[in-house]
Amino acid sequence: MSQQYRTSNGGQINRARSISFTFDGKSYTGFEGDTLASALLANGVHLMGRSFKYHRPRGIQTAGSEEPNAIVELRTGPRKEPNTRATTIELFDGLVAKSQNRWPSLAFDAMAINNLFSPLLSAGFYYKTFMWPASFWTNVYEHVIRRAAGLGTAPTEADPDFYEQCHEHCDVMIVGAGPAGLSAALAAASTDARVILLDEHPLLGGSLNSENFSIDGKPGNEWAAEAVAKLEAMDNVHLMTRTTLFGYYDHNVVAAIEKVSDHLPVPAKGHPRQRMWTFYPGRVILATGATERPLVFGNNDKPGVMLASAARTYANLYGVKPGRRAVIATNNNDAYRSALDLHRAGVNVVAVVDSRQHPGTQLVAELEKLSIRLIAGATVGAAEGRQHVKAAQIVTTQGDTLDPERIECDLIAASGGWNPNVHLHSQSGAKPVYDDSITSFIPGDSRQAEVSIGAAKGSFSLQNCLDQGTAAGAEAAKLAGFKAANIKAASAKDEGAYAIEALWISPTPYNKSFKQFVDQQNDVKSSDVALASQEGYDSAELLKRYTTQGMATDQGKTSNVNTLAILACQRGEPVPEVGITTFRPPYVAVAMGVFAGHTVGYDFMPVRRTAIHDWNEKQGAVFIEAGLWLRARYYPQRPGDTMNDCYIRETNATRSNVALVDVTSLGKIDIQGPDAAEFLNRLYINNWLKLPIGKARYGIMLREDGMVFDDGTTSRLAENHYYMTTTTANAGPVLAHMEQYHQSEWPELDVVFCSVTEQWTGIAVAGPNSRKLLEKVIDIDLSNEAFPFMAAGECRMNNIPGRLFRISFSGELAYEINVPADYGEQAWLELLEAGKEMGVSVYGTEALGTMRIEKGHVAGSELDGRTTAKDLGLEGLANRGKHFIGKHNSERPALLDEGRLQVVGLKSLVVDRNLRIGSQLVDPKVKLATVNQSQGHITATTYSPQLECGIALGLLRDGASRHGEQLDAVFPLDDETLKVEVCHPVFIDPEGELVRA
Amino acid sequence: MHYSGFHLLKQALTGNRGWTRAWRNPEPKKQYDVIIIGGGGHGLATAYYLARLHGITNVAVLEKGYIGGGNTGRNTTIVRSNYMLNPNSQFYEHSMKLWEGLSQDLNYNVMFSQRGVLNLIHSDAQRDGFARRGNTMRLNGVDAVMHNLEGVKKLMPHLDFSKNTRFPVQGGLAQPRGGTARHDAVAWGYARGADRLGVDIIQKCEVTGIKRDGDRIVGVETSRGFIGAGQVGVAVAGNSSRVFDMVGMKLPIESHVLQAFVTEGIKPLVDTVCTFGAGHFYISQSDKGGLVFGGDIDGWNTYAQRGNLPTFNHVVAGGVTMMPCLARLRVLRQWGGVMDMSMDGTPIIGKTSIDNLYMNGGWCYGGFKATPASGWVFAHTIAHDKPHALNAEFTLERFREGNMIDEKGVGASPKAH
Amino acid sequence: MLRIECPWCGIRNEDEFSYGGDASVQRPTDDASQDDWYDYVYTRNNPAGRHSEYWHHANGCRAWIKVERDTVSHEIFSVTPASPNLPSGNRED
Repeated sequence: MSQQYRTSNGGQINRARSISFTFDGKSYTGFEGDTLASALLANGVHLMGRSFKYHRPRGIQTAGSEEPNAIVELRTGPRKEPNTRATTIELFDGLVAKSQNRWPSLAFDAMAINNLFSPLLSAGFYYKTFMWPASFWTNVYEHVIRRAAGLGTAPTEADPDFYEQCHEHCDVMIVGAGPAGLSAALAAASTDARVILLDEHPLLGGSLNSENFSIDGKPGNEWAAEAVAKLEAMDNVHLMTRTTLFGYYDHNVVAAIEKVSDHLPVPAKGHPRQRMWTFYPGRVILATGATERPLVFGNNDKPGVMLASAARTYANLYGVKPGRRAVIATNNNDAYRSALDLHRAGVNVVAVVDSRQHPGTQLVAELEKLSIRLIAGATVGAAEGRQHVKAAQIVTTQGDTLDPERIECDLIAASGGWNPNVHLHSQSGAKPVYDDSITSFIPGDSRQAEVSIGAAKGSFSLQNCLDQGTAAGAEAAKLAGFKAANIKAASAKDEGAYAIEALWISPTPYNKSFKQFVDQQNDVKSSDVALASQEGYDSAELLKRYTTQGMATDQGKTSNVNTLAILACQRGEPVPEVGITTFRPPYVAVAMGVFAGHTVGYDFMPVRRTAIHDWNEKQGAVFIEAGLWLRARYYPQRPGDTMNDCYIRETNATRSNVALVDVTSLGKIDIQGPDAAEFLNRLYINNWLKLPIGKARYGIMLREDGMVFDDGTTSRLAENHYYMTTTTANAGPVLAHMEQYHQSEWPELDVVFCSVTEQWTGIAVAGPNSRKLLEKVIDIDLSNEAFPFMAAGECRMNNIPGRLFRISFSGELAYEINVPADYGEQAWLELLEAGKEMGVSVYGTEALGTMRIEKGHVAGSELDGRTTAKDLGLEGLANRGKHFIGKHNSERPALLDEGRLQVVGLKSLVVDRNLRIGSQLVDPKVKLATVNQSQGHITATTYSPQLECGIALGLLRDGASRHGEQLDAVFPLDDETLKVEVCHPVFIDPEGELVRA
Repeated sequence: MHYSGFHLLKQALTGNRGWTRAWRNPEPKKQYDVIIIGGGGHGLATAYYLARLHGITNVAVLEKGYIGGGNTGRNTTIVRSNYMLNPNSQFYEHSMKLWEGLSQDLNYNVMFSQRGVLNLIHSDAQRDGFARRGNTMRLNGVDAVMHNLEGVKKLMPHLDFSKNTRFPVQGGLAQPRGGTARHDAVAWGYARGADRLGVDIIQKCEVTGIKRDGDRIVGVETSRGFIGAGQVGVAVAGNSSRVFDMVGMKLPIESHVLQAFVTEGIKPLVDTVCTFGAGHFYISQSDKGGLVFGGDIDGWNTYAQRGNLPTFNHVVAGGVTMMPCLARLRVLRQWGGVMDMSMDGTPIIGKTSIDNLYMNGGWCYGGFKATPASGWVFAHTIAHDKPHALNAEFTLERFREGNMIDEKGVGASPKAH
Repeated sequence: MLRIECPWCGIRNEDEFSYGGDASVQRPTDDASQDDWYDYVYTRNNPAGRHSEYWHHANGCRAWIKVERDTVSHEIFSVTPASPNLPSGNRED
């Protein structure tokens, strides 16, 4: 029989559209508008999961996102979502859900044996045992505990859906579209203010949809629908459903998640699964309502025990009878609604049990009219039943007899009162305060541009919600600079006072010890709170951490206040004394994909490609990442070519003939102005005031702490025009560094500069035949006399304007030509064409590295942020007679120490064995002890075709004075040791004759 | 009361009524030999080792809130000693060795889990850097293993191993002895251990001033009155500048917030600690099942224990890029801790320019794993009025001298460490 | 999310900016003592409260600006160009 618990009419479901779904492999049907929870209840299914620790059977506690118990694995495969609240899952065709944390089945769970051992598994038990033997923790105990813990299982494949991130500004944002929120929106929107109203439900209206209210003489849900229609028609209003505000951040920025497609089997084509919204509202109105708290009685976790408001929500909103025989337990007037609504839905309400001695006379009369039994001064002491409630044991709250009256029932709808949802208010930096009149926390003083209204403020009467909403909406618009509207609040039928009298723990029948759950999902009982307090974990935060209360997926929404109150009872202090734990974002758990958005996978970071990239790709070049750039590393020529084959061939071709390399990724900064030279003089350690026009100079920059920051050549192109190059890695940081000093320290310098890295393509032409090649295409005299080493100047290459520099990283006769990036590929091709007859070739970064090591040029691996100019053998460039950045701190005593790591060359003494980067240099005579005996390390290595052996650069303690020494280069990660000889870092052409040829 | 399986059983059978307080709740005395300001892991460990190893038991730990409420209870619980520079490598390895016997030493299960720490490698340059680091570790007697892609797949089977990712994984450097511990338990275990040796742990006692008589400290003003002290050790990382401001000392430290996050609990998915090498992201799974992760600091001075969205988004983007199946798992909580970011990324533990005032701070975000060794060397420094060899280089003076210990090589830029 | 009002570009999110640290430190002159240079590079007041700091509008107009901000509440009191000698912002909306 299908949907045997469905009422014959009522509810905001579409009975014309039936939806089929499965739970634990069994097929059911529900209606459009159902949640998974309401559809299962309609089918009489209450048992939905097992608890975290004791594996107790659990059912549905709530009808919203605060649900602690009814959490399931939704969907399958890569779309699987563990721990999804059945109470928030909108039913869709073909939905598949599974219970979790049970074995072998939900009805029979072997781990339920934990229930018997619960005295052993008291709060913090694991801190007191599992310590012997020591090695057993990681290998045995933890292994077992990890398997037992956790809830659902995660998908292991990539998520096939995508996520979006959006931003929106508004004047007034209203969070929650219940009676207060709708009233606020109507008032604010009646001005010209831009208004956003959002709500987590698919249907706007909040409690107006789940309660039998009457506003302006209409049923509450009709009034809500009319208000929504009115707002929808306004241009200045953005209504958002299925959208939950989860975070309140600094500067009044708030963030929300919109569940765009979760109510569908799969997202529509081109649509995201979910969206993250970042809002920049002028004012925020928090109309987030309140959450009911459970009563803490024995076995209050049994399926069939439910919040009083949830029980009537299922009846009113979904047309579902959550049981057949109901007992209502309460300490306030609000839960009487459940008695009336359930009765109206056809549930047999066998008793209302009210812990107060004197319930209001009006309520008593209403129950009498319906012949519902009222037991005042009593409450449920314990629930009976195995996998479902069979009876309630009723105890008096003030009498001395604990012999209970037993009332058979299959539903206990309980209300311990209401907690205003102060989470977002608290996240905004404000401190909620305790209000004795409602025995809960209410918003304190605002710290940002927010105000709480209605139930979120602790005002539980409908008329108050409507009044406060209207006033707050008008006020917010006014504060945001709009003319206040004169709009009247709607009027509601008076439903009487709330009149709560605190009841934090029920007396237990027969003085027996029952499990009274406080935090149901984490299986924290009132006895755990007592034990924690007894052991000294007696402040709100310590208690939370020791017992794990509030740390489960429901974030303690239904358990926080009860826990604090029970702790306060333990300590014999009023509730405010024990404090309140801080609420942290997100308000509801949010999928990681939402935060990641589009910048994942290949789009995690942008890719920078040079103008020659396409050509390189066509050549089959192998690329290497250099920061975000892709650079050609080497060019295989035939199948089976290894990287070694390639770089040796490319190096030989360069050193014996001529070859091109793409050096576009180097940073380039154009600097102009009368004070440009002075600016450079302060940035670099070397002299710049006398650099002639048409000359380039190699420069070293320090950080203010005296360490080498960057190196590169800068050329003087005209009287007041310089062109700087930086390393690829530091292109951005160097520019920011220059901007900072220019703007904050030396604004008097008349100089302007900007990055032109993207605007110019750089091509190095290296090798003994480089001049010969360039002479064919360059329009200026390249003779040694006219264009000597370190010359720089403008030129034309065929018809392409360019800048030519006679600089060399390879140690060969070499030039670097820069052309506008649009001509980059053309220039490259024309150079190849011009050099064809002389056999020009190309080389990649690997050969580039080989040649720079042979030449002893330092690069990134030596400029590691811990080396000084002296360490790098470059102190000679410094002019300490002038001021430059880093000068003073580079003179600190330890930085002048002889024992520092200094750059050296290293030669492998083992034939055919290349050295390895990261090897440590140790004295072969010293035994390796537990304290590191390393004297340095290898920073860059290659096979040198010139020297025909493995060579390297390294940093060695006092290295400059140790040339000729033999050391061990050890690589303990692979148990390798190679003999090396320390030498001068310049392996070839120490006099620099080649570059000047 | 001694903790054991037997006691647990005995208590279970008698309604758990016999458990006593884990530490006393004493009124502060008028005078102590040593006052430790700061009841986090470091301060409590210092008190414990002062009492246990140096026989100094007339000690008070003053905590403004509740113990372990600062960074001890806010970190991502990772324990490792995979440092490159010798002073760090040796110090953190000493810590690792203390971790390995800590639960037994304290008779409190801190759940130290040696599940390994894996740093992913995405480029040749990164491999070179890790080779240097791994080799230094091995020479310092620290375990280190360089994994190729196959090795990484065994440890972390659900990473994105496709080519369709911006920086494909090439391998990883692992420290098998690394892992995680239960952060709160470390504070509680040390507190209980110290208390049992006679140390007074005084919560809700905020130090509001440090009283000097000439060159010496004579005691501290607190929210619970003046308390005299022979020696004062400060272990308040995150707030070091504020406390030293009371004696007019400026420190080479900025305070920054580091965020941390946890997902809903799930069955075992991540069996080791793993760090992404192409972005700022690290992840492990708690014994309760939540995936605990973090990334970079927000990057600007703050004393607020809360983070903001840009860093959050960036950290998670790194995580989902590294491990695409994370996309559908939900973040449950976002929080922040205030870090003492020192000017070289390395802590400061030792004497100060005032004779009987000692400093323990500048932990950046490496403080949790250092807790045992930090307390151990700080206790030694206070007891002997001289640093131990292991913290001899972690001086305040090193910046003035030029002896920075700069693991990242980024210089005096706290936000970059 | 910090919202910083760049004097040239208007209010922008913090992720357009990068942080440049304490702006109250004064860069010493060339003939200042080693101690002054040490202080300038290394020591910071690091207050819990009002803090003057540099920010760089790195993903914007590239201006360095000085922000007065509270390090506890994060409230921003003022934003000015990094140096008073720079031409002031002249934004046309």
